[in-house]
Amino acid sequence: MRYLIRRTLHAVFLLLGVSLLTFLFSALTPGNYFDEMRLNPQISPETVAALRAQYQLDRPLPVRYARWLNAAVHGQLGFSFAYNSPVAPLLWIRARNTLFLTVTATLLAWLLALPLGVWSAARFGRLPDRVISWTTASLLVIPDLVLALGLLILAVRTGWFPTGGLLSVGFDELSALQKLGDLARHMALPVVALVLATLPMLVRHVRASVAEVLDAPFLRAALGHGIPYPKLLYRYALRAAANPLLSLFGFSIGTLLSGSLLVEVVMSWPGLGPLLLESILARDLYVVIGGVLLSMIFLVGGNLFADFLLYWADPRIRTAASAK
Amino acid sequence: MTRPPKPTKWLVVLLLLHGIVAAAGFFAPYDPIEQDRERPYFPPMRIHLIDAHGHLHLRPFFYPLRLREGSFDRYEEDTATTIQLRFLASGARYRLLGVVPARLHLFGTAGSRIYLLGSDAYGRDQLSRILYGGQVSLLAGLLGAGVTLLLGALIGVAAGYFGGWRDELLMRLAELFLALPWLYLLFALRAFLPLAVSPLEAFLLVVVVIGMVGWARPARLVRGVVLSAKERDFVRAARGFGASNLYLLQRHILPETASVVLTQAAILVPQFVLAEMTLSFLGLGVPEPTSSWGNLLATLQQYNVLVSYWWMYLPALAIVPFFLGYLSLASALQERASPYKIEEKTNWNLS
Repeated sequence: MRYLIRRTLHAVFLLLGVSLLTFLFSALTPGNYFDEMRLNPQISPETVAALRAQYQLDRPLPVRYARWLNAAVHGQLGFSFAYNSPVAPLLWIRARNTLFLTVTATLLAWLLALPLGVWSAARFGRLPDRVISWTTASLLVIPDLVLALGLLILAVRTGWFPTGGLLSVGFDELSALQKLGDLARHMALPVVALVLATLPMLVRHVRASVAEVLDAPFLRAALGHGIPYPKLLYRYALRAAANPLLSLFGFSIGTLLSGSLLVEVVMSWPGLGPLLLESILARDLYVVIGGVLLSMIFLVGGNLFADFLLYWADPRIRTAASAK
Repeated sequence: MTRPPKPTKWLVVLLLLHGIVAAAGFFAPYDPIEQDRERPYFPPMRIHLIDAHGHLHLRPFFYPLRLREGSFDRYEEDTATTIQLRFLASGARYRLLGVVPARLHLFGTAGSRIYLLGSDAYGRDQLSRILYGGQVSLLAGLLGAGVTLLLGALIGVAAGYFGGWRDELLMRLAELFLALPWLYLLFALRAFLPLAVSPLEAFLLVVVVIGMVGWARPARLVRGVVLSAKERDFVRAARGFGASNLYLLQRHILPETASVVLTQAAILVPQFVLAEMTLSFLGLGVPEPTSSWGNLLATLQQYNVLVSYWWMYLPALAIVPFFLGYLSLASALQERASPYKIEEKTNWNLS
């Protein structure tokens, strides 16, 4: 139990550190959202000063940070200057769209990676393994920007998939089934891009860790006892190889909000990525901080989740932790 | 398994690739910013050896393009005239490696311009722009990696060698930087620097920004090496003989970190080239008219370009051989360092 508490405390400190760091970065930024207003002769300097005071941009940094932190604990993430609305609801909608995409892609990637990796490890060095290794290696050398743009070109030239957005025009008039179909058609392209970007790394890790345990004496013994090979692979070998994979799974969960940023921007998916980019360019301070923090909560949460999973799955960690 | 790949092989491949980009002036037929407003969005042209009448020509030639009838942006070959390709021809002035003035090009034409990879909205040659753009992107990647490794090695050595509260503080900071996704970090750093700058300033900005992002991982690795190196018997002995910290670091400790730093370099350079591409693609990096691999791709954000002019995508593919070279080099180096644990450490993922 001590182990879990220590990990949780560590996560909380990490989050605090990140929020402090983003605040510092934003304070170092030359200029803010209201600077452009100053150039506008129709807006008096007093108005700008009043606006700055209203949003408390004139207060010193520690005061602002303390107030923001206090509000954040209560679920308020500040106010967006550009959207003239609280940040939290703004982020929620975008985060939901991002999660639509990434949860689907992550599930798909893992569902594909596990059998492919195990298969590859079971046929280590033979034809299926070589084919899989070659494919993953060649996918690895294609950066996701290149991949996403390539898929986009493909979609445009074939006309099979819509090239951006979340829903078609006239979505409300469709039947429930058609609505689902429309959403799926819009999701197809970004999901494929994300799956292709993450799959090779996952397959390689599954393959490496399963191949390592397949040599272990206890698995040879199990084989000698006449346990059927598929059962041996999935029931015993995969379980024994789970340790690094669980950490990786936690990492996958952690990157749900941050991993798809570029793909979202390229495919104009209305998720967190485009919002973040937009608000960085507009110096919309609290949206940036809120967005970064939200994805950090996921990242830290994902790692914490992995720690819990490891604790649950691996007796060695349990005993090592309680022995301390 | 197959026999381990040799680092030297990939080093040679990489040297060749970089050589081509470094000597862009020679391999590129035209000046990358020379416009030809009469020839916007020309598709890639084909080189022929056999003409429309079935005659074989000894010199490769091409047909100039003309507008297809009833169209305003579709071209077809005009087979009435042939234009010969001339090899090692003299053409636009350039400076080889930025120093030596020269006019010699690998190939050129007399008369009509040839666009092997098509032309862009202003009739600039895509091939030349890709080659020159590579100089910007690769240099940004190399310098960025240099800055990062220097920073990482300094911090790693400081943390590992001096230990105590400094170690604690630096490593907590490194954890923080590792936790932040690199793209966010890139944006955050870029965001606090001015938006409108000249190409050279923008380039230096990009280098500094991407250089600041990745120091945490090399710092932790270097720290690990230093920690084990400073407990070696010969180091203890040297210390016992009264060697100074500076001497110990120079003579015994820093050489031990070389292998880790080299491997990290091979991993970081392509990552940083990609970072430059991403920044410039999003309009946060090197601006026009200077070309870089990232801002060449930025035109693809316009829907009509995406639909009609597929060859504008070709710059994206330029990075692939470099990626292949660097990543293979990195895994070969890692394999040489520890032949048994390959997969675990080859984290090719870029997050």
